[in-house]
Amino acid sequence: MTTPANNLVYERPEAFTDMPTHYCPGCTHGVAHRLVAEVLEEMNIMDKAIGVAPVGCAVFAYNYFDIDFVEAPHGRAPAMATGVKRVLPDRVVFTYQGDGDLASIGMGEIVHAAARGENLTVIFINNANFGMTGGQMAPTTLPGMKTSSSQSGRDVETQGYPIKVSEMLSTLEGVGYCVRRSLHDPKNIRLAKKAIRTAFETQVRGLGFSMVELLSTCPTNWGMTPVNSLKFVEEHMIPAYPLGDYKISEAIKQIKI
Amino acid sequence: MPKELWKGNEAIAEAAVRAGLEAYFGYPITPQTEVLEYLSRRMPELGRAFVQAESELGAVNMVYGAACTGVRVMSSSSSPGVSLMMEGLSYIAGTEVPAVLINVMRGGPGLGNIAPAQSDYNQAVHGGGHGDYPRIVLAPASVQEAIDLTVLSFDLAEKYRMICMLILDGAIGQMMEPAEMPEMKPVNRKDFGWATNGTMGKRDRRLLTSIYLNPLDEEQTNLRLLTRWKQVQTHEVRYKEYFIDDAEIVIVGFGTAGRVALSAVRTAREQGIKVGLLRPITVSPFPIERLDQLTGQARAFLVTEMNTGQMLDDVQLAVHGRVPVEFYGRPGGVVPFPDEILNEIKRIASAPATAHTDARDAWLTRMTAQA
Repeated sequence: MTTPANNLVYERPEAFTDMPTHYCPGCTHGVAHRLVAEVLEEMNIMDKAIGVAPVGCAVFAYNYFDIDFVEAPHGRAPAMATGVKRVLPDRVVFTYQGDGDLASIGMGEIVHAAARGENLTVIFINNANFGMTGGQMAPTTLPGMKTSSSQSGRDVETQGYPIKVSEMLSTLEGVGYCVRRSLHDPKNIRLAKKAIRTAFETQVRGLGFSMVELLSTCPTNWGMTPVNSLKFVEEHMIPAYPLGDYKISEAIKQIKI
Repeated sequence: MPKELWKGNEAIAEAAVRAGLEAYFGYPITPQTEVLEYLSRRMPELGRAFVQAESELGAVNMVYGAACTGVRVMSSSSSPGVSLMMEGLSYIAGTEVPAVLINVMRGGPGLGNIAPAQSDYNQAVHGGGHGDYPRIVLAPASVQEAIDLTVLSFDLAEKYRMICMLILDGAIGQMMEPAEMPEMKPVNRKDFGWATNGTMGKRDRRLLTSIYLNPLDEEQTNLRLLTRWKQVQTHEVRYKEYFIDDAEIVIVGFGTAGRVALSAVRTAREQGIKVGLLRPITVSPFPIERLDQLTGQARAFLVTEMNTGQMLDDVQLAVHGRVPVEFYGRPGGVVPFPDEILNEIKRIASAPATAHTDARDAWLTRMTAQA
């Protein structure tokens, strides 16, 4: 006879606290958080992990992870993480940043952390808008996409074009691992987890800067149901932000997970 | 240690190293750059962290990150660069982590120039970043004092979990003087009980943040910072006095302006004028009590600064209209000559203003009449 414990196939990762989620229904932040937590646990690096939270919806990321955390000013997480990692090089330091934080106000910090080859891991959530402040246009907002600050749709003539962060950072020598994944279905979520694992493996091996860009949903600000949001990622986000491996150094290609 | 010839900026850098500096993050800007250059070579040779950041924003946030781990960390800059750091300073203050910042001030506002000035007094002492937060501000007047106060700044920052700033004008940063370095202290990494340095399986997780979404929690934080500041005010006020015992005219000046004033005081004494100098070393906390005492003795105060009268307001608050306060300043990167201050002393000795004269207006009238 099997006990319920023997049948246990899904539980809260040990790296999580008991905090109930504050994210909106259908938002993929929760999925991304869980993947990071599972990887920290599987790699047995919770004790050494120090997270750097951003400003944005994930400002409270530190509430969910049962590890040391600091909270950065808007966009400055890569600089703050640099400060932590340079004095504690044997710790595992990661930032968790949205697209407003990383690709708008924090563009200087992310580019230079990558260029210096800081041995950090960056989890980059791209949901094509500023979530926390109520859905304004982000650098990643798609052309024609309506947001609260591009109400007729993003007009590239006056509001510019989306920034493809993974493509851009992959040109930098300091970057060891830079890939884009999506969280819109189970298959892609599994691929995203593998990428997050590889990014952390990159760091613990000292192989340079690692980043995983995750295409994510924002049902509340997009004004869509959770299901339609997932479809939007598949039908509109992925064509604009193709999934793929933008840079994987030779040493990282040898890592077997 | 024997005295050696040290340039101010390099002396500060070496003093910080000897005080146990474990990480330095900076960005080039005149007249401070020698701190960065010196540490770019010195820190790696000791196996300590050095990063030339992409900007002062980057630098101050690297300081913030390292400060959260509990190590001794510092940055340095000059006026326009320090303006960029104000965001980070506010966060550091709100998170209650210790950090040291050196501001080798230059003429402003804007790009200004690279000449010595004291124009960031208000930014350092009263303002800067957003939100209610106190910070300790030290003002050296010589290379030796810059060394000593750099060492002290790390102790004060740690003791009060607070930002400790050194403000010095470009002259002190650039000039060479004989000075004695302290002994090299071994790096002593303490576990403060708040540092986010990884649980290492030995303790519960820690969180360092400046966010208090509930206003009542933020209010408590503001009150906690103020309560700690009261301790600083009680225990850490520092100043130096010269010829003060029988002084009827008391000059108040910090840093180079105070040092130039001392030359004028010596000459005036030779001429029989009873004048003395109070040189605040902690401009924050400000020596309010001492000024209050001196109000009972002095017939007039003369505030000398290399700005348009920023510390003047603090002196006036302490003196409270009981005796006349006069002002002499050279802003914009101009360093006053002792003769200029001597002339002011003589003017006040012969015809003091009344307590009702607006010191800054009267000075401005004299300055513009000369031009």
